[in-house]
Amino acid sequence: MDDEGRRLVEHVAEMQEEDAVQLAREMLDSGYDPIKLLAHCREAMEIVGKRYEQGEYFLPELMLAGEMLKAIGDMAKPLIQQDTSDGKTAGTVIIGTVQGDLHDIGKNIVTFMLEINGFKVIDLGIDVPIANFVDSIKQHKPQVVGLSGFLTLAFDAMKKTVEAIKEAGLRENIKIMIGGGQVDETVKNYTGADAFGLNAMDAVSLCKRWVPA
Amino acid sequence: MSVGSAASAASALYQQRQKRLLDAIELRQPDRLPTILFSHFWVARYCGMTCRDAMYDYERLAAAVRKAVIDLEPDAFQPVHALVAFGPTMDILDYKQLEWPGHKGLVEDVGFQYLDAQYMAAEEYEDYLLDPTGFMLHKYMPRVAGALEPLSQLPQYPGVLHTRIIQSMEAYARPEVRRALEALIRAGEEMQEMRAVQSGVIQELKDLGFPVASHGTSHAPFDVAADYLRGSKGAMLDLFRNKDKLLNLMDRLAILIPRAGIAAVKAVGGNMIFIPLHWGLDGFMSPKQFTTFFWPQFQKVLLTLIEAGIYPHVLWEGDCTSRLDVIKDVPAGKCVYFFERTDMFKAKQALGNTVCIRGNVPASMLITGTPNDVREYCKKLFETVGDGGGFILDAGVGVPDEAKPENVLAMYQFAKECVY
Repeated sequence: MDDEGRRLVEHVAEMQEEDAVQLAREMLDSGYDPIKLLAHCREAMEIVGKRYEQGEYFLPELMLAGEMLKAIGDMAKPLIQQDTSDGKTAGTVIIGTVQGDLHDIGKNIVTFMLEINGFKVIDLGIDVPIANFVDSIKQHKPQVVGLSGFLTLAFDAMKKTVEAIKEAGLRENIKIMIGGGQVDETVKNYTGADAFGLNAMDAVSLCKRWVPA
Repeated sequence: MSVGSAASAASALYQQRQKRLLDAIELRQPDRLPTILFSHFWVARYCGMTCRDAMYDYERLAAAVRKAVIDLEPDAFQPVHALVAFGPTMDILDYKQLEWPGHKGLVEDVGFQYLDAQYMAAEEYEDYLLDPTGFMLHKYMPRVAGALEPLSQLPQYPGVLHTRIIQSMEAYARPEVRRALEALIRAGEEMQEMRAVQSGVIQELKDLGFPVASHGTSHAPFDVAADYLRGSKGAMLDLFRNKDKLLNLMDRLAILIPRAGIAAVKAVGGNMIFIPLHWGLDGFMSPKQFTTFFWPQFQKVLLTLIEAGIYPHVLWEGDCTSRLDVIKDVPAGKCVYFFERTDMFKAKQALGNTVCIRGNVPASMLITGTPNDVREYCKKLFETVGDGGGFILDAGVGVPDEAKPENVLAMYQFAKECVY
């Protein structure tokens, strides 16, 4: 990697927001390949993700990393002429906060962590009606569905969503993980999900286990 | 039994329950394991009401509180009206920070939910720091309540003096300001009506021998910054982008928050305050961020409340096991730490000589388990965390709205069998 690229990776990974954004701008202004620049950003995100998994970084760092990625992406993407994505992903995950619950911090962090680990994530948002999960599964054919919920009312909404997925004949081919707030082993059994997670790392390891590379 | 002897029996029970609770809080061994009943909508559901009913019908809610307390016989209860019964007042105010059952998109029978958003922009730190009350009045209230938007027109009093004070009265007669003032009065009347019903049920239950477990609510400075001012995203980014401003703001809040808390508790002649925490848990912040941005400012709030003779009941939401060694730095026998998912046994080891521990029958067990599961869990808690006293039995974050009545009854019944 060239020196500028190395410095960019370091600024992003070390949470030096101003330096990172300024350097990216300078690189692009002087004709640096935007595709290569975004590859450096992905590399930096992998470092951020690892540090999060190792308990060195926490939510504020993930939030700032996401902001840096967005700012740099917004500068670089208009300069890219053709679609360069090779369409390869680690797998597809549909995620959403179940009906009746409006909380999304946990869901967003899980989405972010899955994306930097190469998964394509379809985020259905908050207070998601059961039918939307079913329709989205039919359309996107994910390997994994993630149901999020902070409040205890989510237990029943998760259970009903899992049941509806089963009734639609879609349960066999997908794994369902649940997470958020007060979710635990008891709730996992109650809802009929395959697994629960206490944090975003759990979600990533579950998806990696279920969708082998 | 005559009326007089029933009253004196109830009074004796009241004293006994109060002593049981205070013994636990001050780390003495009580006669038996004390309990507190804390719930948002469970009592309403227990009596066949929807969450919306509970938010709007003061009298029916009072009847539900009465029935739940009499059936469960806790050693103290947190008044429910103050936690949920503000539907009509929010309608008058066109309140925007909450989504509630039957309002906009939410169905009738779920609890209200706070809407995480930026209520103060990063550029407004200076404004807030210069004049917090002015900011709240001119900017914050208009943002959180549609009916109060015209308050932005009120005079800027720090610069309006002498005869200008007299001239400034003109603002209050403007049609839109007048409407806002009328809404304030109507909202105030509505709140007084709610408070009157709440006071009535508190008095009735006092006459039956049941004390109140909380006389007000307070906050941690970071939670106020993150939840109520900057929004979760803004606050997390501020740890990097606006670190000094955030720290300045929290220094102010560490003074202003307990001032409001003490006033609320003293107004009703109480001595207990409830403090739910949202951002202190493991995994949200690093240990270093916690000891920079959360604990020192919150510790100051706790010490000020304790100094004023108030016992804080701090609800440490989530799992705070990694914080135990830091948060033990408070005066002994003055605080209750109410844990949700924190390792209760490690908590007892780390904090047993310092704070009274409260909690933590899991929501999942109360909702999906059996009375036997609940009794087994409570037994384990009593034998370990309850050893020697300093423990109050409660659910993880209070009784969840969806808990099965037989499980809740089992929990409170079992505590009565836990004699020291």
